[in-house]
Amino acid sequence: MKLSFSAEDEQFREEIASWLRENLGGEFEQIRSRGGPGDEHMYPEERKAWERKLAEGGWTCIGWPQEYGGRGASIEQQVIFHEEYARAGGPGRMGHIGEGLTGPTLIAFGSEEQQQRFLPGILAGTEYWCQGYSEPSAGSDLANVKTKARFDEEKGKWLINGQKVWTSNAHESEHCFVIARTDPDSVGHRGLGFFLIEMDQPGIEVRPIEQLTGTCEFNEVFFDDAECGAGDIVGAPGEGWKVAMGLLGYERGVSTLGQQMLFQNELDEIVQIARDNGAARDPALRQRIADAHIGLRIMRYNSMRTLSGGGNDGGLQKEAMIYKLFWATWHRNLGKLAMDVLGPEAEICEGGPYQLGRLQSMYLFSRADTIYGGTNQIQRNIIAERALGMPREPRG
Amino acid sequence: MEFSFTDEQQMIRDTAEAFLGEVSTSEAVRAAMATESGYDPALWQRICAEMYWPAIHIPEAYGGMGLGYVELVATLEQMGRVLLCSPFYSTVCLGVNALLVAGSEAQKNQYLPQIIEGKTATLAYTGVGGGWDAAAVEGNWRRDGDDFVLDGVWRYVPDGHTADLLIIAAREAGSEGEAGIGLFLVPADTEGVDREWLPTVDQTRKQAQLTLTDVRVPVAQLLESERSDVSGAAWPLLARIIDLATIGVAAEQLGGCQQALDSTVAYTRERVQFNRTIASFQAVKHKAADMMVKVETARSAVYYAACVAQQAMEGGPLGAELSEAASIAKAWCSDAYFFNAGTGLQLHGGVGFTWEYDIQLYFKRAKSSETFLGNSAWHRERIARQLLD
Repeated sequence: MKLSFSAEDEQFREEIASWLRENLGGEFEQIRSRGGPGDEHMYPEERKAWERKLAEGGWTCIGWPQEYGGRGASIEQQVIFHEEYARAGGPGRMGHIGEGLTGPTLIAFGSEEQQQRFLPGILAGTEYWCQGYSEPSAGSDLANVKTKARFDEEKGKWLINGQKVWTSNAHESEHCFVIARTDPDSVGHRGLGFFLIEMDQPGIEVRPIEQLTGTCEFNEVFFDDAECGAGDIVGAPGEGWKVAMGLLGYERGVSTLGQQMLFQNELDEIVQIARDNGAARDPALRQRIADAHIGLRIMRYNSMRTLSGGGNDGGLQKEAMIYKLFWATWHRNLGKLAMDVLGPEAEICEGGPYQLGRLQSMYLFSRADTIYGGTNQIQRNIIAERALGMPREPRG
Repeated sequence: MEFSFTDEQQMIRDTAEAFLGEVSTSEAVRAAMATESGYDPALWQRICAEMYWPAIHIPEAYGGMGLGYVELVATLEQMGRVLLCSPFYSTVCLGVNALLVAGSEAQKNQYLPQIIEGKTATLAYTGVGGGWDAAAVEGNWRRDGDDFVLDGVWRYVPDGHTADLLIIAAREAGSEGEAGIGLFLVPADTEGVDREWLPTVDQTRKQAQLTLTDVRVPVAQLLESERSDVSGAAWPLLARIIDLATIGVAAEQLGGCQQALDSTVAYTRERVQFNRTIASFQAVKHKAADMMVKVETARSAVYYAACVAQQAMEGGPLGAELSEAASIAKAWCSDAYFFNAGTGLQLHGGVGFTWEYDIQLYFKRAKSSETFLGNSAWHRERIARQLLD
């Protein structure tokens, strides 16, 4: 077992760290550490300008293969990038859906024409994407998609009808990828298509969803005969599920250490408050703060196992399968801990009518962590069925 | 970064799994745990002569295998998984570690080869007041000419009634806290040593009480590294030994944690109620999933701590994290093991409450290993002091 990065990787670390030191200032000072989860609605224009700056430096899409415009960065280098980006207070990435989902999907499954049309805008930080998976009746049961795609021979285009939900940055995006039913009589994961749709058209309406934080990061997106070019379906009609799920197998959790650095910042803030306000003398809170520290350290060790390929110790990447359930639950508990450490001050907003402080916002937003991206309950089903081989739930 | 076993480490782990699966069956564990010594001497001889396990992390200069803490931890994990009844933990994690950390060259040359041959050892530091820090050291030492004289009662000593070599932590009469602590090598047959087996709830791990009355120890038996003229400054060494031993317990806990999960999943897949296996109920599946989260996080904590322990012994940079890594591993694995054993017992239903099914043995080991060397709350407080004070 080796726990350190190679000299070459450390040199890469210095390269990105110094670039961030030189460039994440001036006009970008105001968006430092902004735009993360719970704050994604803030500074969209400034953060897009920042994406273009990143692109100029060659720091977008670093994990993509070189022939598609990326750096072909190794897993270790991607981890280092995310870690240094978080350490420097890099703003929440406006381009993360395009970079992390659209691009790799097109590289794996897209036609050459699609790659040439869509990849450059993502690389350059000039075109943004949102994700059209969830629907009102397709949450945990994602295969229960009702949105329909019908090919109109006269127009020579696909017409999309239905509704998507929980679409972040829909109003800030040029494009949306959507899974929709190409076979109207199909059920479940059969009969779906994967579509690349322009957002700026009369057939699409975006309505923000007001969250319990009082802010709006997510949207509902309504499709009413929205048009999609004949060539803008990835894979064949009926292959949408395969395309949508195809990337999950490649997920090696390169952003996890960066995410943990944000968690560390939050925990550090809580520790500082506890020392200042006397909560550090409360034996019960001491236990919970220590437990949070321990959990975060273990999260890091767990990610290091995943990044090392796992499996070798008989684990079959089991540490990767538990990760979502573990971090989401940890972070939700951290939110509660933050409020308990703050004491009576936890109730007092930064300003009216409902301007929340960072930890208050984290406390509320962390309730979403155990819901989105597979609820804790779904995660437990997946672990029990795929890792432990227990019988599957009945599926319609 | 290669935070996974090398091929050689994997082979050591697999060899341990295969051997222990054969020799430490449920029947063997139950036979051994019913004896006062707590182990089968013939099996211990095989462990020493065939597997060379006591030699695993002893440097080759002393006749050992010269492997590291990762290999030791991989082996301990498998031992914990089958509840191996043997003096391995006390001899290696307490005895060998004490000699490696605090022994002089002469002491290492004398005692380590004996241990490789099959002699057993243990460490006694806690007095009747209980506790796991420096204040727990209650027994006294005093100088008398060239000798030291030990007096007092030591309790909760793993395998203290059977070990050939006792490593005793005592304090200078009247000293307090971390001051005045000395470490002494005392052969168990030394005059004035009285040893009493203490029957335990967890029968797979034996404990004893040692009463020392005017036990004379020549200065050459003082265990303070090369500084044999110094006495009373051994706490930092003892703390290091305890941290290393704590990581050993956590490794055993990880193995037990895994086995509690595996046996529970196997049972629920066989047990039929309402015309379906109970493993098909979400109420059961979700508990099993929670148990797996405990296992995998415990594994990450233990393997990381093993790497830290290795560096601590080699003088590597991560060695500075030793006590933090030990506390993280022990706090986490103690809770994880108890959760898994308790949840496993529950999911076994009625048979979980019987003597016949093994889950009860894991449930008992979970608690005894949680208590030994500090429970999770105790270790969290150690972390809290580092963060908050």
